Amino acid sequence: MAKGFKKTKMLTDTPFHYCPGCTHGIAHRLTAEVLEEIGAEGNCVGVAPVGCAVFAYNYFNCDMQEAAHGRAPAVATGIKRVHPDKIVFSYQGDGDLASIGMAETVHAAARGENITVIFINNSIYGMTGGQMAPTTLEGQKATTCQAGRIPELNGNPVNVAEMLAQLKGPSYIARVGLFDLKHVMEAKRAIRKAFDMQINKKGFAMVEILSTCPTNWGLNPIDALEWSKNEATKTFPLGVFKDITKEEE
Amino acid sequence: MAKLSFNKPLCKGCGLCVTACPKKLLSLSKTESNANGYFVAVIENEEACIGCAACATMCPDCVIEVER
Ligand SMILES: Cc1ncc(C[n+]2csc(CCOP(=O)(O)OP(=O)(O)O)c2C)c(N)n1
Ligand code: SF4
Ligand code: SF4
Ligand code: SF4
Repeated sequence: MAKGFKKTKMLTDTPFHYCPGCTHGIAHRLTAEVLEEIGAEGNCVGVAPVGCAVFAYNYFNCDMQEAAHGRAPAVATGIKRVHPDKIVFSYQGDGDLASIGMAETVHAAARGENITVIFINNSIYGMTGGQMAPTTLEGQKATTCQAGRIPELNGNPVNVAEMLAQLKGPSYIARVGLFDLKHVMEAKRAIRKAFDMQINKKGFAMVEILSTCPTNWGLNPIDALEWSKNEATKTFPLGVFKDITKEEE
Repeated sequence: MAKLSFNKPLCKGCGLCVTACPKKLLSLSKTESNANGYFVAVIENEEACIGCAACATMCPDCVIEVER
């Protein structure tokens, strides 16, 4: 049992700019805690996205590189190939990873690049004011689908984890939630696993984290977590979709 | 007994710690706000705290530290 709680040294002292109750903050902290656990201090490079997490480079206490919108997996590929001994990760939202950057995501996964991807699925474009994302749920309202997403008109949500799990390249693909203490602890274990895969040179690992956007969902932070737990999971069930260490056993 | 410390200037009054506490010890102050204008989280009855750190684990802004 962990004794108490202290902020990890893998986060800087810069206050997060996120909206009240936005779970980007929890996802940052879990990632940083895992970096500390695996002893990555001084030996890791993160790649920040475009989106609400664009300032991630101010928050993670390690070398950081900002990528153009959606290109983080390509940038991380370059960094990892030049510095194979460094721990390299990207941190990306769903607009970044699954819309403009879908090609980079799929090909980095297909190549089995030995990087770790932290994917924040909040079903919306947060930074730009709540437009529909590839991950917006059927019926979910966004500024660009004000009557709720209609598949015939707006297309269907994309299940990134399930899709990438079909590829040969990835070593580990999981989807987790941050609804409560239990799920946050589970999310941390999944992130740890995704970094362990990189340490053991197993190739591309991604954790899709169901995150909240209270501001653009129009919900208070507590109701937003409930919505994530009860609604988002209907389209995006939690689980491990690929784990080659299980297959090897 | 556990000891909690709040980095109050960082608190955004989101209430996630309040719902997370199994002992229902936390609440958002009705009178005390920080420089950003948020009513901050406070603990009522610190003696009853079991030091489980559920509050700190759910806080998106690393406001709470728990010593036990
Ligand atoms: C090339 C380019 N196209 C579009 C934009 C505008 N833009 C900024 S953030 C963003 C989407 C962010 O959504 P997401 O990745 O889901 O992250 P979130 O803000 O929800 O965390 C877009 C389209 C941009 N900055 N650059
Ligand atoms: S707009 Fe949404 S995703 Fe962005 S910081 Fe605010 S709540 Fe978080
Ligand atoms: S440590 Fe546990 S019991 Fe104490 S205030 Fe936090 S959640 Fe409540
Ligand atoms: S979870 Fe953190 S930011 Fe939110 S009210 Fe509690 S202490 Fe403040």
